[in-house]
Amino acid sequence: MTALPPPAPLTEQVADEPLRAERRLSRAEKRAIAVKGKLSSPWASGIAIVIAVLWTIPTFGLLVTSFRPKEDIRATGWWTVWQDPTFTLENYQEALFGSSTSLATYFVNSVVITIPAVVIPISIALLAAYAFAWIDFRGRNLLFVAVFALQVVPIQVTLIPLLTQYVDWGLAGSFWTIWLSHSIFALPLAIFLLHNFMKDIPPSLVEAARVDGAGHVKIFFQVLLPLLTPAIASFAIFQFLWVWNDLLVALTFAGGTPNVAPLTVRVAELSGTRGSAWELLSAGAFIMTVVPLVVFLALQRYFVRGLLAGSVKG
Amino acid sequence: MTSIRARRTSAAVAGGLGLALALAACSGDNGGGGGGDETGSTDCAAYEQYGDLKGKTISVYTSIVEPEAKQQTDSYKPFEECTGAKIAYEGSREFEAQLPVRLQAGNPPDIAYVPQPGFLKSLVADYPDSVVAAPQAVIDNANKYYTEGWVNYGTVDGTLYATPLGANVKSFVWYSPKAFADNGYTVPTTWDDLITLTDKIATDHPEAKPWCAGIESGDATGWPATDWLEDVVLREAGADVYDQWVNHEIPFNDPKIVASLGTVGSILKNDKYVNGGIGDVKSIATQAWNEAGNPIPDGLCYLHRAANFYQANWGDDVTVSEDPSVDRGVYAFYLPSKGSDKPLLGGGEFVTAFSDRPEVQAFQAYLSSPEWANAKAKVTGQGWISANNGLDKGLLQSPIDQLSFDLLTDESYTFRFDGSDQMPGAVGANAFWKQMTAWIGENQSDQATLDNIEAAWPS
Repeated sequence: MTALPPPAPLTEQVADEPLRAERRLSRAEKRAIAVKGKLSSPWASGIAIVIAVLWTIPTFGLLVTSFRPKEDIRATGWWTVWQDPTFTLENYQEALFGSSTSLATYFVNSVVITIPAVVIPISIALLAAYAFAWIDFRGRNLLFVAVFALQVVPIQVTLIPLLTQYVDWGLAGSFWTIWLSHSIFALPLAIFLLHNFMKDIPPSLVEAARVDGAGHVKIFFQVLLPLLTPAIASFAIFQFLWVWNDLLVALTFAGGTPNVAPLTVRVAELSGTRGSAWELLSAGAFIMTVVPLVVFLALQRYFVRGLLAGSVKG
Repeated sequence: MTSIRARRTSAAVAGGLGLALALAACSGDNGGGGGGDETGSTDCAAYEQYGDLKGKTISVYTSIVEPEAKQQTDSYKPFEECTGAKIAYEGSREFEAQLPVRLQAGNPPDIAYVPQPGFLKSLVADYPDSVVAAPQAVIDNANKYYTEGWVNYGTVDGTLYATPLGANVKSFVWYSPKAFADNGYTVPTTWDDLITLTDKIATDHPEAKPWCAGIESGDATGWPATDWLEDVVLREAGADVYDQWVNHEIPFNDPKIVASLGTVGSILKNDKYVNGGIGDVKSIATQAWNEAGNPIPDGLCYLHRAANFYQANWGDDVTVSEDPSVDRGVYAFYLPSKGSDKPLLGGGEFVTAFSDRPEVQAFQAYLSSPEWANAKAKVTGQGWISANNGLDKGLLQSPIDQLSFDLLTDESYTFRFDGSDQMPGAVGANAFWKQMTAWIGENQSDQATLDNIEAAWPS
C-alpha cells in the first residue's frame, strides 16, 4: 500500500474530464498494485519458492541420476547420493556415442525438422489472421469459427488418412511429411492466437495508416508486424517445444531411419530392444533438453510478455 | 501437451512394446557389435544363386534396436558385398504399433521381422493383400534347415509366410556351478529332484533362499511370470493341452491350468523358497526382471529361471561358464520335465515379406539360409542363436548359446513357442501380464487370476 500514489492531492489538482479518466486509471492501478503487493508478500514468495522447489525436485533427481554409475542407479535412489558420491560421465558417453549412428545425425535431423515446422505455420497463420481480423469479406465469421473448431480434431484420427495421402503423393519417408503435418496440426491454434492479438490492436492505428495511403501489404509489414513480435515469439516457442519433443508424428510419417529420425526417436530407443539399459534414459533426456532450454531462456522475455500482453499499451 | 500425446501413444503401444521386450529373440551383449570385420573376404560362391542385384534396395523394419541392430546390419554385409544390393535397416521399439499403421496406409516395408506367430496370424488375416507368401526358394530352405515345429509357426492356413530368424530358449534355470560344487549339489534332471534340491537348499542355507525371481519390466511387467506358467503347463499337462490352451480350444481357466498355476505358486509364492537376496514373495512383482538373478553370484540365491538371453544381464564381473572353479561363474540347466517328454519353451522372430520383387525374395532366401545364420553368429559376441540346423555351432561364442542350440536342434525335445505371444494381444500382452502381477503382488488366488484372464479373452 505504501507504493500507492497519494490519491487525495490528485483529486484536488483538476476537476474535469481528464480527471475522471485519471481516477479510473488510478483505481485500476490501485488494484494492480494491491495484487502486486499481495503477491510479493513474504508469505506468497515463500509459497512460490516452495512450489518451485517441489516442482524442480524430480528434474533435479533426474540430473543427479544421469551422472551416477550404472550399478548405483540400479541399486539405490538418487537421494542416497550424498552418502557415497560417485559421479561418472559414462551414461552421457554411452548415450552420445554408444550407437553406430552418431547422435549428431539425429540432432541435425531434429533441427531440420523443427525450423521449417515452426516457420511455415507462423507465416501462414499471420496472413490468415490478418485477413480474419482486418479484411471484411463474406462468411468471415463462419470461416473463422470453422478454423477454430478444427482444434478439436485429435491428431491421432488423422494419422492413417494423412499417411495414405503422403504415400499417394510419394512423400512418405521424407522431411516434407513431418513439416506438412506439424503445420497442419499447428495452424488452427496459431490462427486463433494471432487473430486475437491482431484484433486487439486499435482500429484507429490501421485506419490512420489506410488514410495515409498504405495498402494491405504495407499495413501488415510496417504497422502490425512490429506490434506482434511478442505474440509471434511466444507462439514460436510453443511450436518449437511441441515439435522438438514430438515423437508420434515423426515416427508415424517419417519412420525411424537415420536419414530423417529426430532425437526423440533415438532417445525412445536408448534403453535397448528389451529395455534393459534404462539407466541411459536420464542422460538422454538431458541431452534432449539442452536445446529447448537455450531457446526458452533466450526468448523467455517474449514468452512472458506474449502471454500477458493482451492489448497494446503504448 | 506433447507429453500427453506421447504418453497416450505409448499407452497404445504398450502391449506391442511389451511383447517386443518379452520375445524379440536375438539378444546381444551390451558391448555393441563385437567382431565385425571378419566378413571382409567373403566367398561369394554361395551367393551366386541370388543373381546380380546392383542398385536395388531392400527395406527391413524390425523391433530390434541398437546395440543389437548393429549386429543385424553387420550380418547382411556378405549379401550386400556379393549381390550389390543395399539393405535399409530400420529398428523401432514401436514396431508392433507402427507396422499395422504402415500397412493400412499402403506404406509397407519390404521385409519385417515379426516377433510373434500370433501377430503374424493377425497380419495375414487383416492385410491379406499386403503379406506375401514365401517363394519356393524360401520354402525349400525352411523345410531343409528347420524342424517342423518352427516351420508351422511361420505358416498360416497351410501357407508358409515367414521363416524363423533368431531364436531363444526359455526353459533354463540359472545357477552358480561353484556354489553347487561347494555344497555338493548336483544338477537336477527330474522335477522331483528339483523340488528336493530346493528343500535341501532351504534347510542348508537359512541366510539365503533357493529361488530368486523378478517380473518387473515397465509396461510389460508380468511377462516373466507368464513364462513360468507356460513352462509348468508344458510339463504337467503336456504339449497337446498346451496347444489347446494357447489356441483357446479349452478355457484359460481349465482345471489343468489351475493345477499348474498351483505348482508355480508352490515355488514363487512360498516364503521358504523366495525371494533370495531380494525380499519376500511380493518383492517379485517389483524386482526388475533383468536384475533378479544378481543374488546368485553373491550366494544369496541358488536358482533363477530365465531365458538364454538373460546372459546379457549379468554384471561385468560375472562369467558364464560351467566350470565350478570359476569365481562368480554362472551357468544354466534345462528346467527338468515331470514326465518322459522333454518340452522346450522358446521364442523367435519371423521374416515376413510385403513385396515379391526379386531382390526381396533373394534376401528372404538369404535370411533363411545357413550362410546368414553363420554370418550372424560371427558378428555377434554372445546371446544369439538360430534354430537353423545349418548353423555352425563352433561359431557361437557363449557356452549357453551352444547349449541352447543343441536343445533347439535335438529332436528329442518338443519345442513350443511362448504361449502369450500366440494369444490375442488383449490377453497375451495385457490381461495375462497384469493378472499374473496381481497374483504375486496382491496375493490374488489361482482361480480368480485365471478366471479374470478368461474373461478378458476377446470373443
